[in-house]
Amino acid sequence: MDQFTLNLIVVGASFALYFGIAFWARAGSTAEFYAASQGVPPVMNGMATAADWMSAASFISMAGLIAFGGYNNSVFLMGWTGGYVLLALLLAPYLRKFGKFTVPEFVGDRFYSTSARMVAVICLLVISITYVIGQMVGVGVTFARFLEVSTTTGLLIGSAVVFAYAVFGGMKGITYTQVAQYVVLIIAYTIPALFISLQLTGNFLPQLGLIGGYAPSSTPDDYFLQKLDQVVTELGFAAYTADTTNMFNMFLVTMSLMIGTAGLPHVIIRFFTVPKVSDARTSAGWALVFIALLYTVAPAVGSMARLNITTTFWPGAIEGSAFDKPALSVEEINTNPELSWILNWQKTGLLVFEDKNGDGLIQYFNEPAPLAAANKALGDAKKALADAAADADKAPLEQAVTDATAARDAALAEATLGGKTLAEQGIVGNELTTVNNDIMVLANPEIAKLPGWVIALVAAGALAAALSTAAGLLLAISSAISHDLIKGALKPDISEKGELLWARISMAFAIVLATWLGLDPPGFAAQVVALAFGLAAATIFPVLMMGIFSTRVTKEGAIAGMIVGLITTSVYIFLYLGWFFIPGTNMFPNTPAAHFLGISPAAFGPIGALLNFAVAYIVSGMTKAPPQDVQDLIQSIRVPKGAGAAQAH
Amino acid sequence: MADKTSSNAYWAANIRVITISMVIWFVCSFGLGILLRPALSGISVGGADLGFWFAQNGSIYVFLVLIFAYAAKMNKLDKEHGVEE
Repeated sequence: MDQFTLNLIVVGASFALYFGIAFWARAGSTAEFYAASQGVPPVMNGMATAADWMSAASFISMAGLIAFGGYNNSVFLMGWTGGYVLLALLLAPYLRKFGKFTVPEFVGDRFYSTSARMVAVICLLVISITYVIGQMVGVGVTFARFLEVSTTTGLLIGSAVVFAYAVFGGMKGITYTQVAQYVVLIIAYTIPALFISLQLTGNFLPQLGLIGGYAPSSTPDDYFLQKLDQVVTELGFAAYTADTTNMFNMFLVTMSLMIGTAGLPHVIIRFFTVPKVSDARTSAGWALVFIALLYTVAPAVGSMARLNITTTFWPGAIEGSAFDKPALSVEEINTNPELSWILNWQKTGLLVFEDKNGDGLIQYFNEPAPLAAANKALGDAKKALADAAADADKAPLEQAVTDATAARDAALAEATLGGKTLAEQGIVGNELTTVNNDIMVLANPEIAKLPGWVIALVAAGALAAALSTAAGLLLAISSAISHDLIKGALKPDISEKGELLWARISMAFAIVLATWLGLDPPGFAAQVVALAFGLAAATIFPVLMMGIFSTRVTKEGAIAGMIVGLITTSVYIFLYLGWFFIPGTNMFPNTPAAHFLGISPAAFGPIGALLNFAVAYIVSGMTKAPPQDVQDLIQSIRVPKGAGAAQAH
Repeated sequence: MADKTSSNAYWAANIRVITISMVIWFVCSFGLGILLRPALSGISVGGADLGFWFAQNGSIYVFLVLIFAYAAKMNKLDKEHGVEE
């Protein structure tokens, strides 16, 4: 059976499973639609939360980011798990005791103001819609790679699947489907990791393999990480374990991801669905158990994939130095069936090799900065010559190419690889020109020569990760529109049946909007993630925390704080990434040197949160204290006793 | 709702538990994983240093223990103060 048929069968079977579950658990009331009637046990809720949380970014991109960023990208590991501590300690139990359905509803009741509720709805919609676009794009890409359809067709199939089970199932259907999706994605992620860890370190558990010995080494007491550092530094890259970033910025990015996680509405909403307050605390713990299964494996997946791909191109590095044996030959790539994945990925453009000096070997290394600049200048000069009109005067262009070639040759005489200059070795530049981060997880089973069904499983896992997150986000969006906007403000007398209809209409509308934006993504997947986390950190998290832990913060304070957090964070991101992400409209270049105090756009969340807290406290100090019934509400959410089922009002 | 004094004592106890937990949360991630890493670079763990391991794996294990310990402690406090469900 060929790989395509196998992919089709495994992905098709997983979809059939999701549909079956959604049909069995379809929602009949608003309580079931928004919060699954608070009837979901903590372990299962934890599993669903984990699937909801782990998106295409966690499944596909994170290990690749770690593989090429090394220690610096630990921010994702700590940031995306540490937020659950904040959730369990500071938000989840109290919001469950409050006993309603949505985040804006809590904001509206605690700050006794429909305006506060509407500001929260706006923050929620901006966060969730930017986030859902990335998921739809992930679905399209995965379909395109594994099922050989166009990205557009892939996106439309994905939307139809989410539509079917999210619109009819509501939270109840989504929760039980997510449990199944979690199982699919975690198996798909860990099976290749177990095999690769065993091959490289002799440890079955990737977590131990990461700090274990390096199995193929000739000297038995070499550690795997030492080996990796040795191989990559030999080729001119920064050491894997080295810290090459600005510590202050790394601190802020980690903090932004942590408090952003705790402030993401589609994650918070999960804790409304457990039966008891004490269950909300353990639910956050169970969610982290299931998330940690993937997150503690990810650094091993990333580092081992980095070593595997490097030793594939430098076979000598497996036992000794990279230069003990010649680099991988083009002939070997074309004839060895075990290396067919290189050719497969070359077709997608996500991995590109080019034998620039025509020696039949692919030399993969990090070009030193002067050589990289000289090579780029030479490429530009050659392109200008090739693009010139037939009747144009070519002499100055030819002269430019000659000059650029001379400059490049001078750089080659300076740069060394393996103790000899590149000029001596006849090397003109790095010949593995593109290795996309995202192929690391998807190509892992092929690199490790695992059977075809594992590859199919990885495809199903990537789709499960993207679809489960998309469904959770859509639910958060639909409840904000139907419950907070329509029932809460525009049409308070709407019947339960009418509200349920509106919930489904707004969810359908959100799917269409997300698909439309996903079809023509503005090309800013990474930037919108910075925005979503930054805004969640600067708006939702502070307002919820103040609502629970302060009895003095007033409606005026909360509204002013949220608006300040929303505006400062978006403006800071837009200054570097362009107004509304339109390319070319940025006021400053997005480089570390241009960042204010070294703070990157992705690191601004905690600063926005601090401004939010400061403004809220100052304004609250100048306005009348909250009324008695709000004081009673705060006292009541602080103790677990008396938590009933959620009230529809 | 429980009577006012009991729930005030309960809340004060809760804040104490939260504060201690947050200190541990901060030290094991931002502290050992980022700020203190250069100072602790002499301690080696499996081919790298302690800070690297905490940043990549160790902090996550501490987070897990922390949440379940908090949940257990709070369940006990709920009963002691008679505010359990």
